[in-house]
Amino acid sequence: MAGLVPAIQIFPHRCCKKTRHACDKSRHDALKDHPMTDVVWKPLLREPTAWNRLRVNRDWLGLWFMLPAAAFLLLFLAYPLGLGIWLSFTDARIGRSGNFVGIENYVWLWDDSVFWLSVFNTVLYTSVASVFKFAIGLYLALLLNQHMPFKAIIRAIVLIPFIVPTVLSAIAFWWIFDSQFSIVSWSLRKLGLIATNIDFLGDTWNARWSVIFANIWRGVPFVAITLLAGLQTVSPSLYEAATIDGASRWQIFRHITYPLLTPIIAVVMTFSVLFTFTDFQLIWVLTRGGPANATHLMATLGYQRAIGGGYLGEGSAIATAMIPFLLAAILISWFGLQRRKWQQGESND
Amino acid sequence: MSYFTRRALMKGGTAAAAAGALTGPALLEWARAWAQAAPWKPEKDAQLSMLRWKYFVQSEDDAFVKLIDAFTQATGVKVTIARESYEDIPPKASVAANTGSGPDLFWGLFSLPHLFPQKCVDMTDVADYLGKKYGGWVPTAVTYGKSGNKWIAIPICFGGNMLNYRTSALQKAGMSKFPETTDEFLEFAKATKRNNTPGGMALGHATGDANCWVHWCLWAHGGNVVDKDDKVILNSPETEKALTYAKQLYENMIPGTAAWNDAFNNKAFLAGEISWTNNGISIYAAAKRDASKKEIAEDMNHSLWPVGPVGKPTEFHVCFPTLAMTYTKYPQACKALIAYLLEADQYNKWLEASVGYLTHPLNAYDSNPVWTVDPKNTIFREAAKRTLTAGGLGSVGEKAAAALADFIVVDMFANVCTGREDAKGAIKIAERQAMRLYR
Repeated sequence: MAGLVPAIQIFPHRCCKKTRHACDKSRHDALKDHPMTDVVWKPLLREPTAWNRLRVNRDWLGLWFMLPAAAFLLLFLAYPLGLGIWLSFTDARIGRSGNFVGIENYVWLWDDSVFWLSVFNTVLYTSVASVFKFAIGLYLALLLNQHMPFKAIIRAIVLIPFIVPTVLSAIAFWWIFDSQFSIVSWSLRKLGLIATNIDFLGDTWNARWSVIFANIWRGVPFVAITLLAGLQTVSPSLYEAATIDGASRWQIFRHITYPLLTPIIAVVMTFSVLFTFTDFQLIWVLTRGGPANATHLMATLGYQRAIGGGYLGEGSAIATAMIPFLLAAILISWFGLQRRKWQQGESND
Repeated sequence: MSYFTRRALMKGGTAAAAAGALTGPALLEWARAWAQAAPWKPEKDAQLSMLRWKYFVQSEDDAFVKLIDAFTQATGVKVTIARESYEDIPPKASVAANTGSGPDLFWGLFSLPHLFPQKCVDMTDVADYLGKKYGGWVPTAVTYGKSGNKWIAIPICFGGNMLNYRTSALQKAGMSKFPETTDEFLEFAKATKRNNTPGGMALGHATGDANCWVHWCLWAHGGNVVDKDDKVILNSPETEKALTYAKQLYENMIPGTAAWNDAFNNKAFLAGEISWTNNGISIYAAAKRDASKKEIAEDMNHSLWPVGPVGKPTEFHVCFPTLAMTYTKYPQACKALIAYLLEADQYNKWLEASVGYLTHPLNAYDSNPVWTVDPKNTIFREAAKRTLTAGGLGSVGEKAAAALADFIVVDMFANVCTGREDAKGAIKIAERQAMRLYR
């Protein structure tokens, strides 16, 4: 979305006011003689019926145009979501509809240490990965915004981790983190820095950091490229003015770049947090939630219980339990970050 | 039956020629004769689809496809085979059973048919026919196949999961034969670690390998998830003993086994990184196939599981039952196919092609040459006779299946071995989960 803007706005200060006026005027003159303006209205034979009014009503037409999209959303988003929430209140098993059991599934999960472990893992995974993705992404975006040779190619290369299907990159990481054949362990061993292989996925905390690292690697390009697009919408005249006023590079970043970038940051970080929170493929390929559930995220635990174990109701309850976290993440980024706009003196929309 | 013969001939030309080249005309002749004599006559225009687990030994699947081709030629019944990773079969079968549409035949693992016993075609006549003809079923096949008085599935084979070891590592550890008790086994593990030839067994979410060894360990020490009435009895001193033993064993394994899935021990063994592990015959099969692994193939051997304090074998091997869904339009064709697969002329070839990966459920196949042609195969012959069933003392039904799928026992062991929980804490967590499944 933001990526389309810079093409038009890249040098807005060069657009002279005078020419724009002249341009507008000539278009106005041309329109004046246009035959469309000479329509003669025939007298109406009778009052327009409600149907006739409806037929020319733009809102009515708009409704019809929206209908396919709305049906699509209802069918493929709202219905599964509603069904998932309903299932979480039943004891449904795979291939067998269940009975309504109230909040029994949630009561059970409340006392389930594995569930709480998965909540802890998910929150840790999301927060650490998001912070790093933001920091590295912003840094990369600032770097790529500089003038340098082969800019286009470098930008394209940065996107690669994002383009590769997750399952493929996860399999690559599977080998990188292998307890016996890891390239990292091998290199360090050959260099004489370590004596035994690093147990990447077998140790509780090593496994957590390893999957977080893989997630960061995969998520950085999305943040970087989106922020880069945002950076290019910042008018250079502001930088020129600031430079003339003697602002330091840090001051320029802090008072020009960052405030103007906040709306984009809000959007990109909301998406990033949502993607990370609901991650599944990476964990499933790398660890399946092991060792001893140390890397089970809510999404993977929900799948294991619902599809693997056949307890659809309980799995749905785990999935439904993700919703409050996701809503909180969205609200924080929208209300927290968007307010900065108001601080700049613009209206708070 | 002339219709089917004619139809097979009409299909003629290329297919028959290709199949002839692959399987030899003898197989086809036999299949035709069988089709004429068999008690189950496929329905007119019958077509079958089958979902099976994705094979681990290529030659097994090749032989399977050949058998099915011969069946198609002899009876005119077209059979479509789909393959899925074995974790994905239970959910698909459950949905098919409930919605009443999907493949006619499912070939899955462990207690699959017991997830929906009412939706399985009654196979009692097939089981009786085969049992009488081939020396009777092994007891575990009866447990997995029967629900009440009815056979709801035919366990067409088992998959042995035995200890794989390097003979050189055994000698280096100062032992003349592979340990026969759990205590000796621990000594062996310690010695291999000292000698820098450690072994390892999967403790990650490995459906086959991890479940097999942790259940062996639990049962060997007298622990059980449930008693014969499906009452949860996991919280016991015996379970604690099993966990303590496993932790000692784990400390003498190669680091990283807590991360292992089913494939890890295969590649680590074949790369010479570990000197012992638990697995099917697939490591040996792969080593024999690959000329560069000749040394490993010659140096390795298989052993039965050591016996624990309970004083009797407590092995856990994989069972592969096949079932037909009641919604099938061609139940006779389904029965004919299953019976045909287990007839000596087919089954012996298939067993040989699976090079020991699959073990027969019918006593008569003990004499199949695959078990004696290579002495390293021999113990896999015993897999079906020695295995205990999913659920241990309890039923083999859906509760046992869910407990396996949710890795309750595996995670209990992993929690203790990796030091996340002490034995009591790990038992509490597992007991709570088991109580929920078995309520």
